[in-house]
Amino acid sequence: MGRLGILRGDPVSASMRYIDGVVSLKLDESACVGCRLCTLVCPHAVFEMVDRKAVIRDRDACMECGACAMNCAAGAITVEAGVGCAAAIINGWLRGTEPDCDVGCCS
Amino acid sequence: MSVPARWMTGAVSTAVGEVPTVATALTPSDHLGAWRVRWGVGRMRFRVSPGLYAVGTPDDASPVLVTANYKLSFDALRRELGGAVAWILVLDTQGVNVWCAAGKGTFGTIEVVRRVLETRLADVVSHRTLVLPQLGAPGVAAYDVHAATGFRVVYGPVRAADVPAFLSAGMQATTEMRRVTFTLRERLVLTPVELAIAWRPKTLLALAVVVLLSGVGGWGFSADAMVVRGTFTVLAGVAAVLAGGLVTPALLPWIPGRAFSLKGALVGLLFSIAVIAVVGSAGIRPNMFGGASIVLGVTAATSYLAMNFTGATPFASPSGVTWEMRRALPFQVSAAALAVVAWVVSAFLGVTP
Repeated sequence: MGRLGILRGDPVSASMRYIDGVVSLKLDESACVGCRLCTLVCPHAVFEMVDRKAVIRDRDACMECGACAMNCAAGAITVEAGVGCAAAIINGWLRGTEPDCDVGCCS
Repeated sequence: MSVPARWMTGAVSTAVGEVPTVATALTPSDHLGAWRVRWGVGRMRFRVSPGLYAVGTPDDASPVLVTANYKLSFDALRRELGGAVAWILVLDTQGVNVWCAAGKGTFGTIEVVRRVLETRLADVVSHRTLVLPQLGAPGVAAYDVHAATGFRVVYGPVRAADVPAFLSAGMQATTEMRRVTFTLRERLVLTPVELAIAWRPKTLLALAVVVLLSGVGGWGFSADAMVVRGTFTVLAGVAAVLAGGLVTPALLPWIPGRAFSLKGALVGLLFSIAVIAVVGSAGIRPNMFGGASIVLGVTAATSYLAMNFTGATPFASPSGVTWEMRRALPFQVSAAALAVVAWVVSAFLGVTP
């Protein structure tokens, strides 16, 4: 692991971290039905199963893609999902809309 | 599909008619196309017709792999399927890759359902399982697809290269297969399009105007001053684009700081000093205001360009990007404005900048 680990193709969250303490991810553990889907779809292993319930293992690794909330049939997960792209966010500010990557890498 | 694409090799007969088979080896023309779109050429025309395709000679028990109709995504999948037997269901994501399309919702529940019904997939296969790429999950609610079509969604691995291992393991992905990586190679492959975005006619026009204005100063207009000061501005522009669009992405894990704007500012600062040193070694030294202008301008521009790379990474959260933008943008804008003021002032202090 560590910074050199990225050369070996280690998971990104092990070697490159983004801003801590800002993500909007919320999990209502009491609503969890234990389907495990959030642990399968999350590309950063934010969740893990403890006693047949999902718990947040590494909140700051969350990139707010929304895959977990989208696939949580119990509605136990909420996250303000969106594109983490400065150009898209500026577009949104200028137009008074949601962030929109009509220009740049995602167009 | 009136004209067969070059990568089609024939067709298989099914209960719903002929389904085209696809090659699993990429040809030079596929590679050339990939290279062009990486540089931002004709990206929105790089598409595959949505629908059902066959790999090998699949039957009603063969797995169904779902992908986007961006040809780069489609090619990334089929090139890994040499010797495999499967169906590929191509969604209409308007030529956008799986990850970005899932974020926009075009790789989404409604499109999956629509494509399953339109291709009459239930008449082609006897099982009821769809394999979706894991990175498509932000757009697809598996339980809704199941309710609407009877097909169960299984999320496959992040990378197409792991699909054969995933299939032979009975549709089980290892922990590693489920995690995104962002290796040097994966970062570098994204940089050309960032550079191409900077290399637009508008940018070149602006650069030409700046070079012309570089000749204007306390001396009136001077061609000599235009050459000297113009060289500085062109070098500064090139330095900022390379520093923010190539060097910062490439060295991302090793540059100190979490915020991309901070990483970019550090690289930009070093590059601005390098510009002054390079031109200085040719005997041209800027005055204090000219030097300050280059340092401020290159640092601000690099910081901004680096911040824009957040969107290309698989780990920057929108909350984090908003957080750093609120803090960095005022600095970037002020530094850029000061750079312009210093550049103008420097023109009234002597013939060299």
